[in-house]
Amino acid sequence: MHPAGEIAARTQARERPSHTNIPDRAWAIALTVLGAAVLVVAALIVGELTRIAWPALQHTGLRRFLTESTWDVTRDIYGALPYIYGTLVTSAVALALAVPVSLGLAIFLTEMAPDAFRSLVSFPIALLAGIPSVVYGLWGLFVMVPFLRHTVEPALARTLGFLPLFQGAPVGLGYLAAGVVLAIMILPTITSIAIEVLRTVPGSLREAALALGATRWETIRTAVLPYARAGIVGATMLGLGRALGETMAVTMVIGNSPTIRASLFAPGYSLPAVIANEFAEASGELQTGALAALGLLLFAVTIVLNIVARILVRMSRRGPARAAAV
Amino acid sequence: MRWRRFVDRFMTALCGLALLVALVPLVSLLWLVISRGVAGLSFDFFTGLPAPVGESGGGVGNGIAGTLYIVGIACLYGVPLGVGAGVFLAERGDSRAGAAIRFTAEVLSGVPSIVVGIVAYGLVVVPMRRFSALAGGVALAVLMVPTLARSTEELVRLVPRSLREASLALGVPEWRTSLRVVLRTALGGIMTAVLLSVARAAGETAPLLFTALNNQYWNFRADQPTASLTVQIFNYAVSPYEDWHNKAWTGALVLLLLIGALSLVGRLLSRNKFGPQR
Repeated sequence: MHPAGEIAARTQARERPSHTNIPDRAWAIALTVLGAAVLVVAALIVGELTRIAWPALQHTGLRRFLTESTWDVTRDIYGALPYIYGTLVTSAVALALAVPVSLGLAIFLTEMAPDAFRSLVSFPIALLAGIPSVVYGLWGLFVMVPFLRHTVEPALARTLGFLPLFQGAPVGLGYLAAGVVLAIMILPTITSIAIEVLRTVPGSLREAALALGATRWETIRTAVLPYARAGIVGATMLGLGRALGETMAVTMVIGNSPTIRASLFAPGYSLPAVIANEFAEASGELQTGALAALGLLLFAVTIVLNIVARILVRMSRRGPARAAAV
Repeated sequence: MRWRRFVDRFMTALCGLALLVALVPLVSLLWLVISRGVAGLSFDFFTGLPAPVGESGGGVGNGIAGTLYIVGIACLYGVPLGVGAGVFLAERGDSRAGAAIRFTAEVLSGVPSIVVGIVAYGLVVVPMRRFSALAGGVALAVLMVPTLARSTEELVRLVPRSLREASLALGVPEWRTSLRVVLRTALGGIMTAVLLSVARAAGETAPLLFTALNNQYWNFRADQPTASLTVQIFNYAVSPYEDWHNKAWTGALVLLLLIGALSLVGRLLSRNKFGPQR
């Protein structure tokens, strides 16, 4: 509450007979309960995930669960490695593609383009963020995957085929397809936060660099970007968090094969995808538990990423302390 | 100097190029959803039940209805909790507890939706021993709360202090000031936030897969499995049948129209209402 409001409220409370304050107290309590609901929701998420995952984690053991590469439901062997690998590889591809584009876009919109242009472009970016992931999956499956199979993957194999990353048959469905779809989906996230961060860079920094005779790009490179570094790293981490947990689009284009392959053309699997495909039909508390354990792992990783990222973004929003370092 | 100017121009062009690169997938996606989806649009598509394999016709009427039904249930839980938490953060959030709740809400908005599906499975499906619209609604509600709390807080904080002070000075008790003056002023904005979060929830697929599951028929009972438009699109898309692929595209078009309409109504609402003033 605002200080002035508080004083007013206190004065008022003193002058009134105490019983008329019962509704006020009730309102305060009700609000506090509603606020605490957020904490309850967080506790429920952690509690339920742990509870469902517990039997499987006890059966397999955490270490074996994370390092075993076989997932065989009939023999009750649950190894998460292929899913972890697929999630990491697709997210890495997504970041490699999305970060340069988002950053370029954010710089273009904040530092280079005229203001009118900026508001014109913010709408399509919001649109990109609002498209449901199942629609991205549909588009990926019927438009992007054939394009990758017939055009992009053969071209990559011809030019960069000496790298193990780009060897093997161009299947279309696989790590690369999932990575590209993810890149498109996290682009608005990274862009909008990067824009927010770049806007907090004080104008005086730019003016100082320009006054020293720097060109616009030199100003951006030497004055703006160093100041915004922490926030940009935070934006990237938030994008990564989204990529790790993205389910439908990945499920539809990754090929759903629980294997570990070096080639980006090969079909793979990811943590959210296996949960999406197997959870509804999971039999017994071990399989359900193992899938929930995958969810718990995903939850833990995204929470840590989010916490660090929010702190970084907040730090760079406060900014001034870093200005001296530049 | 010529070299430096060249680098400057080059980087400007490169950053401009990023814009084009970002727009290509968007344009391609929208164009294909419209061009491939529009052929399947018919009255039947909106009102009919899904046709069995091999039969032509049929629609996703139960999916559209199911999505609205599940989202309705989600609003029942999610809107009061989310808006309430937001009001708490704005009115009493300048404490250590407030900061903790605000940070939790921020972090929770990054939780993958499929994980929330597992939670709803454990909370509702396991005790009830069946998949249900209620479970789907609970999952979507959990997803709504953090974002709604954050946006409500921002909107309530926009209400000018002078309004609140005027009301308190007139002797209006604090709770009535909160409800009748502050919340009322922020109402238009909050409605927008609610509709935007409804639009987002309507597009969710992953948390419904093993909570509301699916249903071939109409269902308006909270304790029964329920179809949703998004899950239907998913099933049609990954099926091996050409006809079903076409239905997936038409379904996607309907979904985008639904979400677009919800967002549009939301934005119009906040424009016309008496909004917070400087």
